[in-house]
Amino acid sequence: MTAVVHGDDEHAHHPFLQHQFEDLGQQHEASILGMWMFLSTEILFFGGVLCAYWIYRVMYPQAWVLGGEQQNTLAGGINTIVLIISSLTMALAVRNAQLGSRRATVAMLIATLFFGSVFLGVKGFEYTMHWREGLFPGVHFTWHEVPELAPKVQLFMVFYWGLTGLHALHMVIGVGLLLWMIWRAWRGHFGPEYYGPVEVMGLYWHFVDIVWIFLFPFLYLIPHFGVHHG
Amino acid sequence: MTSVTYHDVRFLEPAKTRNYLNVDYGAFSWLFTKDHKRIGILYMFSISIMFILGGFFAMMMRLELLTPEGDLLTSDTYNKFFTLHGIIMIFFFLIPSIPAVLGNFILPIQLGAKDLAFPKLNLLSWYLYMIGAFVGLLVIILGGVDTGWTFYTPFSTQYSNMHVFGTTFGAFIVGFSSILTGLNFIVTIHRMRAPGLTWFRLPLFVWAMYATSLVQLLATPVLAITLVMLMIERVVHVGIFDPALGGDPLLYQHMFWFYSHPAVYIMILPAMGVASEVVAAFTRKKIFGYKFVAFSSLAIAFLGFLVWAHHMFVAGISVYSAMIFSFLSYFVAVPSAIKVFNWTATLYKGSVSWQTPMLYILGFIGLFTMGGVTGLFLAALGLDVHVTDTYFVVAHFHYIMVGGAVMAYFAGIHYWWPKITGRMYPEWWARLSALLVFAGFNLTFFPQFVLGYVGMPRRYHAYAPEFQVLNVMSTAGASILALGYALPLAYLLWSLRFGRKAGVNPWGAVGLEWTTNSPPPKDNFHETPVVTWDAYDYPAMLKAMGETQNV
Ligand code: HEM
Ligand SMILES: [Cu+2]
Repeated sequence: MTAVVHGDDEHAHHPFLQHQFEDLGQQHEASILGMWMFLSTEILFFGGVLCAYWIYRVMYPQAWVLGGEQQNTLAGGINTIVLIISSLTMALAVRNAQLGSRRATVAMLIATLFFGSVFLGVKGFEYTMHWREGLFPGVHFTWHEVPELAPKVQLFMVFYWGLTGLHALHMVIGVGLLLWMIWRAWRGHFGPEYYGPVEVMGLYWHFVDIVWIFLFPFLYLIPHFGVHHG
Repeated sequence: MTSVTYHDVRFLEPAKTRNYLNVDYGAFSWLFTKDHKRIGILYMFSISIMFILGGFFAMMMRLELLTPEGDLLTSDTYNKFFTLHGIIMIFFFLIPSIPAVLGNFILPIQLGAKDLAFPKLNLLSWYLYMIGAFVGLLVIILGGVDTGWTFYTPFSTQYSNMHVFGTTFGAFIVGFSSILTGLNFIVTIHRMRAPGLTWFRLPLFVWAMYATSLVQLLATPVLAITLVMLMIERVVHVGIFDPALGGDPLLYQHMFWFYSHPAVYIMILPAMGVASEVVAAFTRKKIFGYKFVAFSSLAIAFLGFLVWAHHMFVAGISVYSAMIFSFLSYFVAVPSAIKVFNWTATLYKGSVSWQTPMLYILGFIGLFTMGGVTGLFLAALGLDVHVTDTYFVVAHFHYIMVGGAVMAYFAGIHYWWPKITGRMYPEWWARLSALLVFAGFNLTFFPQFVLGYVGMPRRYHAYAPEFQVLNVMSTAGASILALGYALPLAYLLWSLRFGRKAGVNPWGAVGLEWTTNSPPPKDNFHETPVVTWDAYDYPAMLKAMGETQNV
């Protein structure tokens, strides 16, 4: 909250100052807090599924091991690294926007966009393989290597597709937002006074990365730390 | 830059200026408005329709229950009606009611802000609400749904071949509208307070809305994801919650109530906020124990997250967890009781004026207390086993939701009506409606406590003949209640044209909303207000007014 109050006439109107705010500082703080609040909702959203996931992992440990074995750990690992790098470029984009260097901001945003797309590409590849192997739940589910556990493995795959799908959806939205930010940065909208949108975008992007940091071990590395029941 | 003080505003006549209603006209100026006040009115309009629709289903059920035989509705239809009634009343009416209507309209003004922090998001949340409600209503046309508003598995997976998908999808979308409203309020309260408006100067309505918003933000996503899993389960037939497919129905109940118990506080916390405003305004006193009332809202929001499994005592959870949840449930009573004690302490030796909002709030305090105390009965394991799924439970939650929350909603509508519309409602008729609602409500729902206690189960369209007398009473009460609810619809609309002009501050209340014109200008205030007084500083105000008169 700023202590200074302007009368209506003395407003030095910045082109991006929205009318409900007194000044850019207030607008900036509001948008950052708004994103944090949104992320806290997201945590519970993902948290809900992860909780269900965990309960079934305890109930059906062998099926979870088998499910994990269907995953391409190499692809998942590459994607993890790709996303971590994209977080770095995102952070650099925010920093450059704040410093007002337009070119560097655009470059870093494009780099982020690139890594994000690589992630989605690899994910698409994995999805295609799963589909071919009959690992998509429902009528297409034709995986029967261990027949008595097949229904439970299918349940694992429901969580796999659900969680990674939800995550991929967030990535796609992130890519859309990135394109918008690139356009705005290119037009020179950002500078030391006004870089809130890039920072908010950054928060979102880091969050989506962190979600993946949880999903990767849960969904891919399970066999290596599997529960060994006799 | 001026600071507004009580004595000048009391006598300030509304300048004949533009206000938020007449700045522009036409459907588009409403449908694309970003003004929180107009969005509040859009919500008011939409949820009123929902209330009427939900009320229709309720009346049909009550008529069916007039006689022991199932003669008016088949059991299938009855099942659909209580389901639709529950879904509409909870998701489409009561959850948005006070926050989305009164909160939207009043909260920014109480903060001295020009608007919410994110006006576009606010409009988006109305659209999400409309889309969700539309999907929900489409289901009614397509043939309805009969799972009960709780969508328990395996009803909702194996045994219901109806439109479970559509309904849950509607509730899912409306959930996001609720989340976005909560998010907007939290940010607004943190970042948009007028200079001088410190946390402990905030009206208690703001505190209540803050606590409500936290619950909306943190509980609703869990419902959303639960409903998504339910939808997935219905589409791909993989056992997530359905025991026949290897799923766990208890997990569904846990996840559902993890949202739906806190949701009860989404309904009641705003009501408590309205109660604090009205009690202060009509006793002309500071709310007794301001900080206790403020923090008890947060305490309720927090504790509300820890008690969900008290809905599952007979569902097969272990005795130990049942004991723990029973124990924790008692804790919620403490902050709730603190509020009730503080309101009554405020009433004590206050100069109470019996205007309509006050009548509604007195009703609220009494009925909420009844609902709360019977809630404690239900939290006691032994008793709950006896009355689970009987009319005792139906009576209990209607005391909270209708006797508590809906009464307070009506109180708030009457209290702020002059501000919203610039017109006074007709006091005599309004008092009559408050009395009818109170009388009708008790006659409808008190007999249901008895019915439940002696064993009448809920969710059946026929019952044993010995229950008839009490059921007839209940249906008679429902008719009075319906009349009580219909009256405001008529006279409030009437008042838009013929009501007396309200002026800036018809109640002589304190609070920033009473320092600006009625209806307020588009940006709420002509100049950003500066707050130099504590909330409910009626003593100071009365003193100031005395001084002006002495001059
Ligand atoms: C805003 C107000 C109201 C809310 C939030 C509300 C909520 C509910 C809910 C959640 C149920 C349970 C539905 C289910 O079992 O799936 C229910 C049932 C019922 N309500 Fe309401 N209700 C409201 C107003 C009313 C009114 C005014 C009446 C009577 C005139 C009424 C009469 C009934 C009846 C008869 C049942 C069916 C009980 C049963 O057979 O289990 N409700 N209500
Ligand atoms: Cu509960």
